[in-house]
Amino acid sequence: MKSLIQKFVETPGPSGYESIIRQVIRAEVEPLADQVTVDALGNLIVRKGTPSSNGMKIMLAAHMDEIGLIATHIDENGFVRFTTIGGVRAYNCPGGRVRFLNGTRGVIGIENLEGQSSPPLIDQMFIDVGAGARKDCSVRVGDVAVFERPYLDLGKRLVAKSMDDRIGVAVLIETLRQIDNSPHEIYFVFSVQEEVGVRGATTAAYGIDPQLGLAVDVTGTGDTPKGIKMEVGLGKGPAIKVRDAGMLADPRVVDWMVRTAEASKIPYQMEILERGGTDARAIQLTRLGVPAGCLSIPCRYVHSPSEMVDFDDVENAVRLLVGLLSQPVDLK
Amino acid sequence: MSSQTSPQEKQAPRVGAAQLKLLERLTNACAVSGDEGEVRQIVLDEIRPHVDEVKVDHLGNVLASKAGSTQDRLRVMLAAHMDEIGFMLTQNEDKEGGIFRFGVVGGVSPSHLAGQPVLIGKGHVPGVIGAKPVHLTTNDELRTPLSVDSLRIDVGPGNSSKVKVGDRATFATRFSRTGASLRAKALDDRLGVATLIELVKNAPANIDLLAAFTVQEEVGLRGAKVAAYALEPDVAIALDSTPANDLPTWDGSENTRYNTRLGEGPAIYVADAATLSDPRLIRFLVETALAAGISYQIRQPGGGGTDAGAMHKQRAGIPTVSISVPGRYLHTPLSITRLSDWKNTVALVYTALSQLTSDLFKVDR
Amino acid sequence: MTELLPFLKELISTSGLSGYESPVRDLIEAAWRPLADEVSTSRMGSLHALKVGRGAEPRPSLMLAAHMDAIGLIVTGVVGEFLRVTEIGGLDPRVLPGQVVTIHGRENLPGVIVQPPAHLLPPDNRSGPATLQNLLVDTGLSAGETKRLVRVGDLISFAQPPVEMAGELLAGHSLDNRASVAAITHCLEELKNRPILWDVWATATTQEEETFAGAYTSAFQLRPTLAIAIDVTFGSSPGTPSHESFALGSGPTLALGPNMHPGLHKAFVALADRLEIPYSVDILPRHSGTDAYALQVVAEGIPTMVVSIPLRYMHTAVEMVAMKDITRAGRLLAEFAASLDEKFMEKLSWDD
Repeated sequence: MKSLIQKFVETPGPSGYESIIRQVIRAEVEPLADQVTVDALGNLIVRKGTPSSNGMKIMLAAHMDEIGLIATHIDENGFVRFTTIGGVRAYNCPGGRVRFLNGTRGVIGIENLEGQSSPPLIDQMFIDVGAGARKDCSVRVGDVAVFERPYLDLGKRLVAKSMDDRIGVAVLIETLRQIDNSPHEIYFVFSVQEEVGVRGATTAAYGIDPQLGLAVDVTGTGDTPKGIKMEVGLGKGPAIKVRDAGMLADPRVVDWMVRTAEASKIPYQMEILERGGTDARAIQLTRLGVPAGCLSIPCRYVHSPSEMVDFDDVENAVRLLVGLLSQPVDLK
Repeated sequence: MSSQTSPQEKQAPRVGAAQLKLLERLTNACAVSGDEGEVRQIVLDEIRPHVDEVKVDHLGNVLASKAGSTQDRLRVMLAAHMDEIGFMLTQNEDKEGGIFRFGVVGGVSPSHLAGQPVLIGKGHVPGVIGAKPVHLTTNDELRTPLSVDSLRIDVGPGNSSKVKVGDRATFATRFSRTGASLRAKALDDRLGVATLIELVKNAPANIDLLAAFTVQEEVGLRGAKVAAYALEPDVAIALDSTPANDLPTWDGSENTRYNTRLGEGPAIYVADAATLSDPRLIRFLVETALAAGISYQIRQPGGGGTDAGAMHKQRAGIPTVSISVPGRYLHTPLSITRLSDWKNTVALVYTALSQLTSDLFKVDR
Repeated sequence: MTELLPFLKELISTSGLSGYESPVRDLIEAAWRPLADEVSTSRMGSLHALKVGRGAEPRPSLMLAAHMDAIGLIVTGVVGEFLRVTEIGGLDPRVLPGQVVTIHGRENLPGVIVQPPAHLLPPDNRSGPATLQNLLVDTGLSAGETKRLVRVGDLISFAQPPVEMAGELLAGHSLDNRASVAAITHCLEELKNRPILWDVWATATTQEEETFAGAYTSAFQLRPTLAIAIDVTFGSSPGTPSHESFALGSGPTLALGPNMHPGLHKAFVALADRLEIPYSVDILPRHSGTDAYALQVVAEGIPTMVVSIPLRYMHTAVEMVAMKDITRAGRLLAEFAASLDEKFMEKLSWDD
């Protein structure tokens, strides 16, 4: 599974421009799927299973897109001004390396901030692609880029950019690989544009009209020095989301997830995330409403170029997801 | 006159004296979000003879359709919003003095209120947003921004009965021309409305044109949401206007944040805060412009939003893009645009629509 | 016959935080069942009660929506015998220290929200109000018992008992929006033996305080011809601007603005005038901040209206309403429902 994770995190796919990562994912899932479609916004939708009397139509969502940058202006000296796609943090940028989708590589520089007490702003930064003048710059206004940082395997812990949410993508694919004899009709949705407002999941869920939805995404942790106050920590198991800033998980779904984890003796943690949301929010509000929840992979340094997850948590997430889908769902 | 006009013989829409007169009527009309009736009436009168069907929906959107005549036609939704930013009277604070509290509707720039004349209600009753004389103002006050809460609309002593709480009000600016420029209030988005009316009158034969003159764009893209749900188009295009912040910088350095520039043609959106345009449509518009020799610019990514933000997320998703006429000082009493930019916008949209086929969507996004 | 005051007191004393409305839903269902033809629950947990009209099919329908969810807290961490919390819905942390609460752990436990002394707070929060992140709930139990009985994700609701005040006023928490649920109940009582032509859906929606999930999904399911949100609005009290607040006892408010259909506003004003029910007009230049925000833009769009009950000290544990305003609102809604006929939609034009 680790090599799969590496392949995904090192492939670019900023929100709105997911075709390259979609191709890579498609190659993995096509042999395992009953049906593969791509919808109007670019969501990759994989169906496994057919409706049965004791099964449900279930939608799982892990987003393919990652945060990135987009060029807003090329100045006369060939420096590229930019703005963000999704929640890029300004303080993660200076010195960062980026790659545009057309292959151009660059480094993020910053204006002289002497005397400025407030944190640096994106407007004060620029990307240097090594061009000497505007006419020599291979980047144009509107071109998109992602951060570039190689995958790092620390043994138990894995580090890369775009763990959010390529780790969720990997979990879904591994689940798809392992699922056998599920009573359910399952839609594995590799969604687009989550980072800019869960837009892909909104339309995918409308198209599928599921009876139950689960997002698989990362969540933060409270286990770093003077970190946010949050009970979730790396290595304590996948997290069962109770709420985040975007939604209250359906209590029946939360209970179902907890009971299944306890019955299968899979470690888990209860998660409340005070900032941030996931595709589950979009699924929940679809049509007549969908009981929805989220299985979260605890992750340190979210939205930085070096996001860290615990590999045991990832494997336990797969175990739990497979366990959830292998039985009829009892939502009491 | 024969109705059997082949696509090649069909006249492309033009922006001439009649269209300018229409734009004048549209920009002078008062239609604040939620109260779009005056513009809605102009739209209905203009398009009724040219469409197959037209209706007004539960939010006040005007939805009209004109079927094409070729095989395999795309259903293309074009949206232009009828509403403008403005005010709503909230309380008659001083009945004898004619003084009213007001709230703002949409993103009104608070620094452009004091000292402006306004028009109130269906009767366009004149009023003013006053300000304390500078002679009576302390230095500290001069440094403090005037909050909407501290401002009042004044219809003059004895005139309270001419208007009522709940009436909407707009800036009182009248349309005018100067040199290559057009000056008016509500260029956002009467330019889009005028453009769409022209396209409806000259609908290309290779598409089914679904025209949505939307409401409440300025307060959350609300009309476009339900319109797109109802129309279920294959493609959606928002026709709006977008700021041109192409003014000089304070120190003469290069202006790197101009959004768009006047005179450089229609602005094609790659990304704003509400939508990441479909790259297939962006490419198609750029290639169309280059081939037809129509000037165009790419709007600087980031910020803002158009009806596209609501449309692209409806039902199972709709490939969408926005095209705007650049304008300076949008959301203030007087905006400025170049006639050439409007002409080129109409030309680009028309040319693109006439060449739009379902082949464009044979590749996945 | 539902006695309104005891019912309302029971409503606000029953837990029903956003996302976890089932206890209060059960209570409302018991009250509405004898007043409706069919009662059901939506996928999001909203309660739908249908009064079938007598008009010919296809019958248009009126949806009355009052959100039944209330604001509260949820446990984010257990620190010895203390609990860290975050909000469900919008809370002003300044009104929290000293508030009695119920912790819904493995059993219901009494607790109190406490503000630690300044020297135990982080340096940037020592002066000024403590943020919600820095408040704690003291369980009064030992650390071991707390750990056994409470965990992350448990809910906490306000526990202030209702206060009956002279002049038929009631004060307590969660009157936003249980007062409106009471108003709809009164409306259903008034309609019990009245012939109506349209179908009427009385709905108690979920999660208004968070995502409007109940309103969006119930309207999508029911596709009503008209939708009315019943909620609370700002009652005049010290510090509230006079143009945005309304005296308790002055009757319900009828909203006007882009979130409401102007034709519906006119219809309600005319009706209230005819019935001599006192009311105020509430100008809302932007959106209403109620379920109507969602209802208006569901599917192809729905004409919406907002009827509100003035309420002082919104989102505190001592919200205050006048019972008279609740019954007036209920009566107005009943009369409106009873007045709907085959011609109403034709009259609901956009421009006159």
